[in-house]
Amino acid sequence: MENFERLKEIVAQYLPDDVDADKIQLDSNFTQELNINSANLVDIVLDVEDAFNIQLENDDMDGMQTVSDALKIIENKVG
Amino acid sequence: MTVGEIIQSLPYSEPFLFVDELLEVHDDGIKGNYTFRSDLPFYQGHFKDNPVTPGAILTECCAQIGVVCLGIHLMEGQFGEDSIIALSSFDMEFLLPVFPGEKVTVTSKKIYFRFNKLKCSVKMFNAKDKLVCRGIISGMLNKSDA
Repeated sequence: MENFERLKEIVAQYLPDDVDADKIQLDSNFTQELNINSANLVDIVLDVEDAFNIQLENDDMDGMQTVSDALKIIENKVG
Repeated sequence: MTVGEIIQSLPYSEPFLFVDELLEVHDDGIKGNYTFRSDLPFYQGHFKDNPVTPGAILTECCAQIGVVCLGIHLMEGQFGEDSIIALSSFDMEFLLPVFPGEKVTVTSKKIYFRFNKLKCSVKMFNAKDKLVCRGIISGMLNKSDA
């Protein structure tokens, strides 16, 4: 769960004003539920790369719909 | 892609095309210029009897040269008529006014281009080489499906 907490901190920085940080749950959809646009999703990915010292590819980005999708990608890459 | 091909593939037309020439194009940045003709329609209202180029238009000029033209170059032919482009954010500072008839030069340096998002540091200079505005502009450029 430590990875989830770190991810949550990153995602929280890009939430629109009308979405509370406690809305960030494992099954939350980045664009549809958290209202994060595609441009900010790129910033989240870049911050994730720095925080976890990993590199994401286009396929990872395409498959990253929910917070748990992102966590799975992180856990696979961190190894 | 040649400089001429980049300008040809821009999705803008008069009176909202703010690119005349591209002077340098490489993977890390771009340089181009534009002359604000005094008959451009927004001068009629900005301001009444005192035409000055709106900051929003200076930002647009920086974005067209610095982000869109550079992005088309970086996409290496994958930018097409069905590509979707959108400004995603900007943070600009304006230092000098630009009056009708002035020629400006825009330089842009790539900060990153990843997952279709191009983020650049841009500067605009007037004909006397004085800094007019500077800032950070980001845009999304999606590949053509074709």
